[in-house]
Amino acid sequence: MWPLVPYTRASQDGEVTAPLVIDREGVDALIGELINRGYEVVGPTVRGQTILYDTITSTGDLPVGIRDRQEAGTYRLEKRDDDALFGYVVGPQSWKQFLTPPGTVFWKGLRTEDGFETVAPEEPPKYAFFGARPCDVAAMKIQDDVYLPIEDGLYTSRRKRSFTVAVNCTEPASTCFCASMGTGPDVNEGYDIALTEVLSGGQHYFLAEAGSDEGTDVLAALAARDARDEEVVKARRLVVHAADQMGRKLETDGLKDLLYANLENPYWAEIGERCLSCTNCTMVCPTCFCSTVEDRQALDGSSAERVRTWDSCFTLDFSYIHGGAVRSSAGARYRQWLTHKLASWQDQFDSIGCVGCGRCIAWCPVGIDITKEVAAIRERDIRLVSVGTPIVKEAASE
Amino acid sequence: MSEAFDLLVDQPFFKGMTEDQIRVVAETATPVSYREGEFIFFEGGKADSCFLILDGGVALGLEKPGHGPTAILTLHAGDLLGWSWLYPPYRWSYNAHIHVDTKAIRFDGPRLKEAADADPVLGYELMKRFTDMLVKRMQSIRIQLLDVYSTPR
Amino acid sequence: MHPVPCRVHSVVRELEDTFTLELDPPGDGWEFAPGQFTMLYAFGIGEVPISISGDPSDSSRIVQTIRAVGPVTDALTAVSPGDFVGVRGPYGTSWPTGSAEGRDLLIITGGIGLAPLRPAILEVLDHRDRYDNITLLYGARSPGELLFAEELQEWRGRFDLEVLITVDRGDQVWRGPVGVVTSLIGRASFDPESAVAFVCGPEIMMRFTIQELLSRGFTDDRLHISMERNMKCGIGLCGHCQLGPFFVCKDGPIFRCSEMGDTCWTREV
Repeated sequence: MWPLVPYTRASQDGEVTAPLVIDREGVDALIGELINRGYEVVGPTVRGQTILYDTITSTGDLPVGIRDRQEAGTYRLEKRDDDALFGYVVGPQSWKQFLTPPGTVFWKGLRTEDGFETVAPEEPPKYAFFGARPCDVAAMKIQDDVYLPIEDGLYTSRRKRSFTVAVNCTEPASTCFCASMGTGPDVNEGYDIALTEVLSGGQHYFLAEAGSDEGTDVLAALAARDARDEEVVKARRLVVHAADQMGRKLETDGLKDLLYANLENPYWAEIGERCLSCTNCTMVCPTCFCSTVEDRQALDGSSAERVRTWDSCFTLDFSYIHGGAVRSSAGARYRQWLTHKLASWQDQFDSIGCVGCGRCIAWCPVGIDITKEVAAIRERDIRLVSVGTPIVKEAASE
Repeated sequence: MSEAFDLLVDQPFFKGMTEDQIRVVAETATPVSYREGEFIFFEGGKADSCFLILDGGVALGLEKPGHGPTAILTLHAGDLLGWSWLYPPYRWSYNAHIHVDTKAIRFDGPRLKEAADADPVLGYELMKRFTDMLVKRMQSIRIQLLDVYSTPR
Repeated sequence: MHPVPCRVHSVVRELEDTFTLELDPPGDGWEFAPGQFTMLYAFGIGEVPISISGDPSDSSRIVQTIRAVGPVTDALTAVSPGDFVGVRGPYGTSWPTGSAEGRDLLIITGGIGLAPLRPAILEVLDHRDRYDNITLLYGARSPGELLFAEELQEWRGRFDLEVLITVDRGDQVWRGPVGVVTSLIGRASFDPESAVAFVCGPEIMMRFTIQELLSRGFTDDRLHISMERNMKCGIGLCGHCQLGPFFVCKDGPIFRCSEMGDTCWTREV
């Protein structure tokens, strides 16, 4: 747990900056400053019955006074009785919507005398991710490990030019379990500015802290004042309290060994009977990175393009090799998704591929819950429970 | 020492059996040779022997109308040929066609059975070796059945 | 990540549905290690991983053997000399020929699995003196479906290479062995305590072969196999080729059995 003292954070560049305080006008000024700096600011906004990420220009675009109620298979928006700017957690989208937009042209090809030539797509906009939750900031770091080492053309330019305004969580949803995954409710790294919204006793202010040099510059351009000690303590206390309010838990101790040892656990088939293979969990997951490409050709054959889009290990096509799919049962596909996320991800990238955002729980149409399924596998660990039911001959009645 | 004993004692098939046991088996054994194109036995014929192949190649097959002899499996040095002598109705199930000039040891079925019945320890040693061969062959045929090299469309 | 256009130099029909393409490499030369693959692109249609079947000492051509089993491979095998196909790569790990130096080498393959092993065979024959016994055991569906039949005949004529071929189904003229490829292992000369084996074929055939070699005293650190999975990118990004903790495209396709672990042999992994 974090000390309840008005501590200051060291930014990634090693600079220690004192927490500042801004009000709603200051948040508007922050959005304006980012726009001035050439960023396309994308943040939460209500679209239909959900909160999605889209271009915003002022706090008026945010879901002001809105809360989300989430449960397994449930997501509802409700009115709050206050004017909180960040009184909700995460909706179905994450920032991968902007970092690896589905359906992006990867390259275009034109037929030439020497076969064909390929042309790279246009440079994407510079994004400022506004209102990123700590779990999502952690998810971006996790995706960095996938894309940055191979200098993926689509991801790298978007990510390296992006600016992140994180918002610490003070009111987790019942589907949240970031505290188990060590990714929240307090943002640790990977942000330019971190905000903590405090709304109590008639007070409404935002603690603003810089996490990078650019973040410091941006904050300096605002009419912000230094935070008083009690303001910092209050903000920290809310975040600490949020950790205790987490609706769910995922035990990570010995997780990799548990899952590797339980690949043949019959329980996967049971999950497979509930799972619709709809791919929702992979679409809403902020770390899922699997993609496929679609090659298209003009009718006259003169040009072609390759489009990259998200793919999901829940489809049969995903593992298709000539002759058939490797993972033909839904149980095997769920097993692949879960063991990849929680076990083989550790071998591949030295981290767990789950940040505890809870999206896959809320957006599963049948309410399959990753935290419950892991607990169930733990309970039915085939290393401890023998398979097969012994047949006991009934004693002859007297 | 008999010629058959000298041959048997070097065969991996009999590895682990005592000289006394091999001597008993050798008494039922006769070295034989076949020329390419010959048949050792035919489907339906009386099965009263089995063969340990020393060298060459024997194709087990059946006659398919219009197709001539079709090989299902070929046996080579170290392989055992013939099981039908062990069980009623003691008739061969396949044709055994010599692909390549072959040398083998022929065992007299009834006499071998008699020896095994008289000495169950010997019988068990022989049975372990027979079943090992049978299991391996059955597993191989199953893989063949899967037709793993077919074009998957 | 962009395919480079390469001119088709020649197309040879190997079998009913299997073709070998010779391509002019981009630029001056072309280097690859035996066992590696490329992503081959048919303009506007799609891209698939194809193993390289050429001679690693010849940098003047890219040689790839393709079986037509879907839309992309259909398009790739319908090309004519002068056409262009896109190439990315080479990608992946290679057969560790060096680990077999001073030892017996056993090459066991079935069906089209001979294609990714051909570069390894050509390489070890090029440096024949570095190895003890070299044995090639090849299983095919039928006598009419032997890949590289002429070359097999030529190799069979060599005194420094033992070649044994078996088919699942014989015909009236076939006088060779009938049965699975593992039935040839007993007839090969190798020291199970030190020999190295390269195995490539359908997964079932490879698993069966591994069991047979282990039962003969081989250890799995000297067993190498080539795995196949769906691939879209070839560089460990698209996620399709995952096999337990591995990305087959970059951690494979050639794996040392001892490094794979049981995970990889689980059903539907």
